[in-house]
Amino acid sequence: MVSQSVPQRPWRVALFATCLVDAFCPEVGEATVRLLRRLGLQVDFPQAQTCCGQPAFNAGFRHQARAVARRNLEILAGYDYVVVPSGSCTAMLRCFTPELFADTPALAAQAQALAARTYELSEFLVRVVGVERIEATFAGKVAYHASCHLLRELGVKEEPRRLLAQVQGLELVPMELAEQCCGFGGTFAVKYPTLSDAMLRKKLAALQRAGADTLVSCDSGCLLHLAGRLHRQGEGIRVLHLAQVLQPTTEGP
Amino acid sequence: MRLATEAFVTNAERALQDATLQQALTRLVNNFVPRRLEAMAALGNAEELRTRAREIKAEAIAHLDVYLEQFAARLQQLGGQVHWADDAAEARQIIASLAAQYGVKRVVKGKSMATEEIDLNAFLEQQGYEVLETDLGEYIIQLAGETPSHIIAPAIHKTRQQIAALFHDKLGVPYTEHIPEMTQIARRTLRQHFLQADMGITGVNFAIAETGSIVLVTNEGNGRLSSTLPRLHVAVMGMEKIIPRLADLPVMLKVLTNSATGQKISSYVTLITGPRRATDLDGPEALHVVILDNGRTRLLHEETREALYCLRCGACLNVCPIYQNVGGHAYGWVYPGPIGAVLTPMLVGLDRAAHLPRASTLCGACREACPVKIDLPRLLLHLRHDLVQTRRVSPVERLLFALWAWLMQHPTLYGWALRAAAWLQTPFARQGWLRRLPPPFAGWTQFRDFRAVATRPFRQRWQETLRHEGASGGETRHG
Repeated sequence: MVSQSVPQRPWRVALFATCLVDAFCPEVGEATVRLLRRLGLQVDFPQAQTCCGQPAFNAGFRHQARAVARRNLEILAGYDYVVVPSGSCTAMLRCFTPELFADTPALAAQAQALAARTYELSEFLVRVVGVERIEATFAGKVAYHASCHLLRELGVKEEPRRLLAQVQGLELVPMELAEQCCGFGGTFAVKYPTLSDAMLRKKLAALQRAGADTLVSCDSGCLLHLAGRLHRQGEGIRVLHLAQVLQPTTEGP
Repeated sequence: MRLATEAFVTNAERALQDATLQQALTRLVNNFVPRRLEAMAALGNAEELRTRAREIKAEAIAHLDVYLEQFAARLQQLGGQVHWADDAAEARQIIASLAAQYGVKRVVKGKSMATEEIDLNAFLEQQGYEVLETDLGEYIIQLAGETPSHIIAPAIHKTRQQIAALFHDKLGVPYTEHIPEMTQIARRTLRQHFLQADMGITGVNFAIAETGSIVLVTNEGNGRLSSTLPRLHVAVMGMEKIIPRLADLPVMLKVLTNSATGQKISSYVTLITGPRRATDLDGPEALHVVILDNGRTRLLHEETREALYCLRCGACLNVCPIYQNVGGHAYGWVYPGPIGAVLTPMLVGLDRAAHLPRASTLCGACREACPVKIDLPRLLLHLRHDLVQTRRVSPVERLLFALWAWLMQHPTLYGWALRAAAWLQTPFARQGWLRRLPPPFAGWTQFRDFRAVATRPFRQRWQETLRHEGASGGETRHG
């Protein structure tokens, strides 16, 4: 799926770090930058970026979502690719941002151009860069949680698993309900905590049954949600973003 | 049916505490979900069929007026009668008038969500008619004085033991939990009523414009008995049940039964094309079809139209992590699950059902399961936008999103805000976690710890170190 208009110079990649990574898991951003650089890509972090606008969009505040999303059309322009360590925020940039500007042709064109260049990390590595061998080691039994937007908005299913399979020492264990929502859902987790927790408990029960010592996903939202419950319960299961596991060596928590 | 949509949160929390319900829901999920997946996979061309089914419904709904008129004209040529009901009250009135006109005393009913929607049973009973549900699940909940909790499995919330006790109490039969015996008990009771009834009321799974036929899809044969034994057959259909041509039916049937129960085809598929003809040996003397709007024309707007493609197969309920946890009654009206969260606010009003579109993570499992690929998450998003546009959200939420949007448009201030938050949280943070958040975020920490804001956010790390590192190791990648 390599783009037809491939530039004859190192690819310039903009990292859209996402607000969750920025504020709560900066180590995921660092791991992503280092991973992309190891693959020979020129990585920039346009510092005017903040958020993709999804919290407002999902809550129905489209006017506010538009104001925030509109900035990204300019901030992220001019790069060969935009790489996002989140399926959910990629879905916002790729699927929902063009919808937000559908009634303004000039902005809609910009939004579509951005959408066409924007990739979630695992998708970018496998489909665009064509990574077949990653030099990474990780000692542990890993269960993979397929985040909803990554799987069902972007259709990215096998890519993260293919990357995990390349990590030396990593044992990927199957988990029931791997593709079931963890109950995060952004503000849903705050507005409907009991429902959210019921979903979360089912997910964590499946994780326990899988016998994994590490849970990996491609979305920091899910990871913060799952880790928050595990921490409350005092469980020692590690919760990591894919980018962290793809480092040359991954430290324990 | 009493509307209890406003109490969604309380209902849901009660459902989560109900151990019997939770067992029933686990059984439902373990049974229905794999059956559908296996059946769809066995089809070999499920994707193609779903696309085709969606196209058929899209065509039908795009020209709803034309196809409904064609259906009505054909049915009248065949000797049937068509009645148009704008709302539930009008539909009830039409049906009661028919009952009076034909001197009806006893009514048998096939399973029909449309008649649940218009609360028909209670109305007819008030008018002095004896009304009996003949679908086994519907019969059980009628005996129990309850409402359906699932579109195709109305009594799914009840255990075998509860039903055994119910039969023993209400029918005076010896207590038995043996399922074949229990079905025999129901069958014996129902047969009597079929033979005595003067009016059969059924729903409609599909109405074919081209031929004026109505199609009933059942597994117990009760739809066929209800529509053939009594002298009067009244079928109640939501106006969206129309399909253009007879040739469309095989595709629709395939996606419906495979999605609903994982069956290649249901035990009975009944095509009814007019009332009894002179040469027919059986069938009702009169056939009346009530076409129900009851708010559906409001859904015809381009952005919500696809909700009218729904076949009422229930597949979206079975895969929905919300439905799986709270069951159907928590939704508070006839249609539960993701499709209910869309239809209910549209049919009864956003005011009465504001929780339903919000109580979803937008995970998309419903869209993946839908036989006509209804984009339910987008419909929910549309309704949430409507809630904001019509000022049906709290002032606190409104203020928070205004502040949020402002901050997100000012990256420097945003960076400072992160540092300020990291500083302010220091007295409360323990090894990078917060145990309690203040309102309105307290919901999170009811069950989960919250990750403290990083003392060095990513933008700071980029600025201070990362950006100077540059490419290291590996070859430079050219296009």
